[in-house]
This record gives sequence, structure tokens and C-alpha cells, in this order.
Amino acid sequence: MAEFLQFLSSGLTVGSVYALVALGFTLIYNASNVINFAQGEFVMLGGMSTVFLALAGVPLPIAALIAVIVTTAIGLALYRFAIEPARDASAVSLIMITIGASIFLRGLAQVVFDKRFHSLPMIFGAEPLRIGGAAVLPQSLVVLGGATTIVLLLWAFIDRTILGKAVIATAVNRLAARLVGIDTRRIIGLSFAISAAIGAVAGVLVTPITLTSYDVGTLLAVKAFAAAMLGGIGSALGAVVGGLVLGMLEAFSAGYISSKYKDAVAFIVLLAVLLAMPRGLLGRGKIERV
Amino acid sequence: MTILETERLSIGFGGVRAVDDVSLIVEAGQVFSIIGPNGAGKTTLFNLVSGLYMPLDGRVRLAGEDVTGLAPDRLARRGLSRTFQNLQVFFRMSAVENVMVGRHRHERTGIVADLLHLPAVDRQNRRTLEAARGALARVGLCDVANQQAGTLPYGALKRLEIARALASEPKILLLDEPAAGCNPVETRELEGVIRSIVKDGVTVVLVEHDMRLVMNISDRIHVLANGRTLVEGTVAEVRSNSAVVEAYLGVHGAREAGRAVG
Amino acid sequence: MNVRALMAHRFAGLTVVSAIVIVLPFFFPSAYYYRLAGLVLIFGLAAVGLNLLMGFAGQVSLGHAGFLGIGGYSVAIGATYLAAPPWLCILGGAALSGLVAFCVGRPILRLKGHYLAVATLGFGVLVTIVLTNEATWTGGPDGMTVPRLMLFAWPVHGADAWYWIAAITFLIGGTLALNLGDSPTGRALKAIQDSEVASSMLGIDVSYQKLVIFVISAVFVSIAGSYLALFNGHITPDISGFLRSIELVTIVVLGGMGSIVGSLLGATILVVLPQTLTVLHEYEDMAFGLILMGFMILLRQGIVPSLMGWFAGRRS
Repeated sequence: MAEFLQFLSSGLTVGSVYALVALGFTLIYNASNVINFAQGEFVMLGGMSTVFLALAGVPLPIAALIAVIVTTAIGLALYRFAIEPARDASAVSLIMITIGASIFLRGLAQVVFDKRFHSLPMIFGAEPLRIGGAAVLPQSLVVLGGATTIVLLLWAFIDRTILGKAVIATAVNRLAARLVGIDTRRIIGLSFAISAAIGAVAGVLVTPITLTSYDVGTLLAVKAFAAAMLGGIGSALGAVVGGLVLGMLEAFSAGYISSKYKDAVAFIVLLAVLLAMPRGLLGRGKIERV
Repeated sequence: MTILETERLSIGFGGVRAVDDVSLIVEAGQVFSIIGPNGAGKTTLFNLVSGLYMPLDGRVRLAGEDVTGLAPDRLARRGLSRTFQNLQVFFRMSAVENVMVGRHRHERTGIVADLLHLPAVDRQNRRTLEAARGALARVGLCDVANQQAGTLPYGALKRLEIARALASEPKILLLDEPAAGCNPVETRELEGVIRSIVKDGVTVVLVEHDMRLVMNISDRIHVLANGRTLVEGTVAEVRSNSAVVEAYLGVHGAREAGRAVG
Repeated sequence: MNVRALMAHRFAGLTVVSAIVIVLPFFFPSAYYYRLAGLVLIFGLAAVGLNLLMGFAGQVSLGHAGFLGIGGYSVAIGATYLAAPPWLCILGGAALSGLVAFCVGRPILRLKGHYLAVATLGFGVLVTIVLTNEATWTGGPDGMTVPRLMLFAWPVHGADAWYWIAAITFLIGGTLALNLGDSPTGRALKAIQDSEVASSMLGIDVSYQKLVIFVISAVFVSIAGSYLALFNGHITPDISGFLRSIELVTIVVLGGMGSIVGSLLGATILVVLPQTLTVLHEYEDMAFGLILMGFMILLRQGIVPSLMGWFAGRRS
């Protein structure tokens, strides 16, 4: 039982990160139909920037805040300089652009930071809590709590504000949104900014547990994409559910089957979903008319 | 001989029956027209017959053989061909290349021969090119053979699709609104093309809105409204049927039309 | 025959390339240049393979480097554990890649657009993970050494020998690819790109055509992978990694989709550029990312088709 809870807790923790990154994916995908492979780099930049700012003497909370702001700005720049100019390109071309951006950001991180692993101090100390026989790090609870807060805030924003409605409108029908006066470019830019911010926050929260380095972004992006597909691409709730489920699948398979192939789980899930249920758990489908 | 038959064909999209219980029989060598107001289900019926949609109910028979649910390429190999309302032209290829693709089912070389470009491939390419040029000539597009299809005007593209479909030497040809967007001169030319196709023994099934073309050329007309069969008969029978007029113009419009003609 | 007709013939480009390939070694000051050119030709071959899938059939694969891995490790494992002659391993690897492509392609090619792209990505990464984990066979993340190629008891060594082997294979591969362009299969593939519906309606079995070209492209890439392993004398799981797959795609995109000569040009740029910029070695990833983004945003067609379009425009 203790073992089960252990896996559950680590699964939920890493699942929360997947959930947040997948949420960022979904936000951007809904607004602009772009699958943003640079999503993982936002997490990396959030963590790495905080580390290096802290090393330079900036107090940790301020460092984290600056890191999130800088990453958000990078997200906006990505949209403004790489995505927007290519708005007529095919879906695959756009993916290639985001892949290029992700490689570029990795390269940038290599140069600006370094190639080693780094960590951040845990917010509530490194002493694990005992819950039902499992050792749970307080930081895990921070990550879970942070993820939940972000999801709730995002939901409130989308559901309760005019700007949020504009985002939905843009997602549902871009042309119609423009016709009623919504500046879709601003909205899409906003979705990139929010996604980057979410990713950065996730990076800051999870670095104490998983460590960070310049190249954690790529694998994370693909896994989060698998999570988004599992939950149903285009569904925000699906992204969160998918992320948590994927995290737990990874943890349980690593614990009970083999830890060597932990990374393979996400890809097997990805292929299974694409081939067997492309709509995912919660997604909706479309019919092509001729 | 019956070349095409549908029996109680039905399909629905999200609760709406786009085609509901449609049965029709097309005899070989006929020009069989399907008409009806917008949204009546005509193109959907075509999509069902040509294998793009899987019917909810009912059967499709081609020359007596049950072909319900067969994929389009297998229907093509059985002699069915069609054109598309929304122009599925190969825009990046030239006009003659488009029509050459139409010869695909008559081309015999496999992947290995193609990779090695054996002499048979060369000979076949030449035969295919000639046949393609011939089809282009029938629709009057000889002089734009080497032009990229994407640069051709709308009317030419409609004729290109017909040439391409003809190149596959079908037994039965489904034309989806071939006269759409054509001016009267082009429509009259189209009429000539259709007549020459029929003279070669190809059965033509037509979905059209241009009533003059339909009345001039059809042997039988099948009227659809709201996915269901309204009436079927000869040109004279359909023309004088009040239900048909009503379907197009509504009750009020029908009354007005009646008054106009006197 | 006038110049126009000569230029329009499908082998025009490849003939020029052959001439260059034959003449170039006279200008090589050292073995290093043979090595560089050999690498260019090997990657060019892989790119031609991928181009068949991307340029001719219009299907994207972000995981094609997986076949580089299968081809490469077939040679490594076959020669080391099965004492099989490397040339047999090359063929075995190609056959294995073809088989894997057939099995994976059947379900995967039903997907379209970005779903296909991501599925192939998943495939490529899974191959890498398996290669990394099955250390008893593959030597794990550090890889394994690859014995020398023996062609009928003649040990092949020296960058110059490899240059000619790679050159001949590339030219053969290029010829096959160009042949395909002027054939029913080539026309069918081009048609499928523009309208699957219409292609189907003309009797083309779309799934079959896509699968066939997927398998052929896998074989091309597998042979390139085998050559790479034998050439380097060493192989690591990175050979089939995500970044490798992106490099292949970048080469194809740079050179121009559907252009055989373009594939060689793209390979030249991507292999030679990092060598010339050794000073800026640190900035390699940044440069690569910028090149990829730049081309996809500004010059999506690639170099060769853009140049050809520019020439055609000037003449008229």
C-alpha cells in the first residue's frame, strides 16, 4: 500500500507538470491551430533563469518572478517573429517552425547558461512528509497546489472575463471573431504569453524535485503533447486529465514493470491514442465535407 | 440493362437525414439527371454512390453487382467515375498531367518497373500522354495542355475534370454540377460534350441546377427535396409536376409562377 | 537538342552532379575532404529517401532517423555477434527497415498532417529508447564499435574508398528517384498530394501508394545508416534520435521538397557549415534553429525550386 501511494504521489507530481505544459499546448492550439514544440523550453527557461538569477545574488522569489516575466516575453517574441509571419503556412510547416524555435532556445540556453544540471532549494524544506506510509516531499504538494491554482485561475479567466470569451471566440472561429471586432492577433499573442507563463511557473515549481538543465525541454514537450492528445487535443480539461494520467502511467509502469522504459510509456501512449482513439478521452471530432 | 441502382439509400449527419430512403434505377446509355433545391442531398447522394460516404441504410448496385460501401478506388476500377462540385483538380500539375492521372487504372507497370524505368514504362508514358491529349481535345482544352492547372479559369477547370474522368474510360460518369459558374455559351458547349460522351456509350448521371441544360439533355429526371425522392419521370412529366415547382419556389412562389405562365 | 530541352530532361541535374562528383576529388588537398564529401553523399542519400516520402508523396516524417538506427545497428550487431559480412548486414538492415516500415506504416499512414508528423516522431524516439536500453546487444548509450567493411575479402578503408562507394550509391538512388517521378507511381503520388479524394476516384489505391513509398524511403535511409556506421567505425543510439530526424527534414526542406539535387545541396550545407564554423561550435544549435525557422518562414519551397522559379520568371 505504501508503495502504491509512493508511486501515486510521484506520478501526480510529474503529472502536474505534464498537465500544465499540456494546458499551454492546448491554449495555443485552440487559438491558432499551432502545435507548439517550444512549450517544453518555457519550462526549462523558467527553471534555468531562476537558478542563474539566484546564483547571481537575486533573492529567490524575485528571481522566480523575473524568470517568469522573461519567459513570457520570449513566448510573445516567438509568436510575433516566428509564428505570425508564417500564419498562412501549413500545419506541418508551423510545427517545423516551433521545432526550430525549440532548438534555437536550447542553443541559447547552452550559451547563456551552461550544460550542467541545476537545482533550486525546496520551498518548505527537504524533509519528506509521511502520508499513509509513503514519503511525500512537501515540494510535491507545492507543485500540485500550484498546478491546481493555475488551472482554476485560467478557468476563471476564460469563463468570467470578456477577454477570456474573446479567446474562446478566436479558438472556435477565427474569421468570425475578427468580423466582430476581436483583434485575433492580440488574442493569439496573449495565448502564447499565457502558455509561456504557465510553463515557466511549472518549471520554477518542479526544478527542486527533478532538477533542470538546458535540454529538458524537448522530451517534456513531446510527453506533454502525448498527454494533450490522450486527454483530447483542444480540450483544456482533457489536457489536465491527460497530464495527470500520463504521469501516473509513467510512475506505475516504472515502479511495477521496468524503470528502463519509463520514457517509452509516453510514446507508446501517444501512438496508441493516435491510432486507436484520435479524439482522446474527452475530445470532440469533426467530419470532413467534400 | 440497368447499370446503376440504389435501393433505399440513407445517410444522416448528426441527427439530420441528408439522404432518406432514395431508390433509383439508371439504364445504360441514358442521361439521368438528379435535381432539387439547395440542400436536397444531391451531392451527398453522389458521395454515397461513389464510395466516399458509407450509407446508414440501403444498397448500391453497379451493373447488377452489390458495391455498397466499396472504397472509391475499387468503384473506379469497376468503371465508375465522377467530377466534383468543389473542384478536386490537381492544381500543381499541368492540365495534361491531370488527365494522365486519369489513365492510372489502365496503366500496368508496377513499382519496380517504375523505379527502374524499364522501356515498358517509356512506351506506356507515351500511350498515356496520347490518350490524355485526346481527352483534352474532346473538351476543347488542347491549347492549355501544358499550363499549370492552378492558373486555369473556372470554366476550364470544370472541363478539365470531365476530361480527366473520361480518360479513365468509365462505363458510367457522375457529373456534379458541371455547368455551375458557366455562361450560356459554355453551357451549350458542355451540352455538346455530354452528348458526345453518351454517343460513345457512357452513361451519364447529372446533378445540375441549370434547368435548360437538364430539360434539353435528360432522358429521365429524379427530383430530390430534403433528402427524399419527390418525383421521377421524363422531362415532360417532371416539368409539369406542381410538387416540383413548389419544392423549388415554395407554395407562394409556385402560385406566382403559375400566374406568370398563365 | 537545344539547351532548354536538355535542361528540362529529368536527368539534367543529376548529370551535372555526377560530373562534379567525378571531378571534385582532384581538388581535395587531404583525406579530410574525402571524409567530408563522403558524409555529404551519405546524408544526401538519406535525404533523397526522405524526400521520396515528403516531396513526392507529401507525407511528413519526424522520425525517419529511426531507420538510420536500424540500418546502422544491423551492421554493428550483425558483424559483431553474428559474424555476418557487413555487405550482407547492409542488405539485412534494409530488409528489416522495409519490414518495420511496412508494419508501422500501415496504421500510421492513415493519419494526416500534424497527427502523422507526431506519430512518426513517436516511432523515431521509441527506436532510440530501445537502442539505448537493450545494452547487451547495442552497447547502451555509449554505443558500439563497427567492424570494417569487407568487400569480397578486400578491406575497405580510407575515406577515399568510402567517397566512391557513397557517390555511386547516391547516384543510383537519385536515378531511381528521378525515374519514379516520370512514371505512373510518381504521377499518382503527386496527385495524392493535391487531392486524395480525386486520386481515389481515378482508381488509385491511396493507402497502398503511401505505404509503398514509405517502405522505399525507409530502405534508402537504412542503407545510408549502414554506411554511416561503417564509415565512422562507431555507432550510438543518437543516430536515430529526434534531433537527427529533424536534421534530415531540414536537409530536405532546405534543398527543396521533391528535388534530388536539392537534397544533396541541403546535405552539403548541413554537413559542411558546422565544420567551417568550428569557431562558433557553441552556437551550432542556435544557428541550426535559426536556419530551420528562417527557411520555414521565408523560403518554404527550398533553395532549388526557388532558384528554378526565379530563373523561369526572369526568362519570361
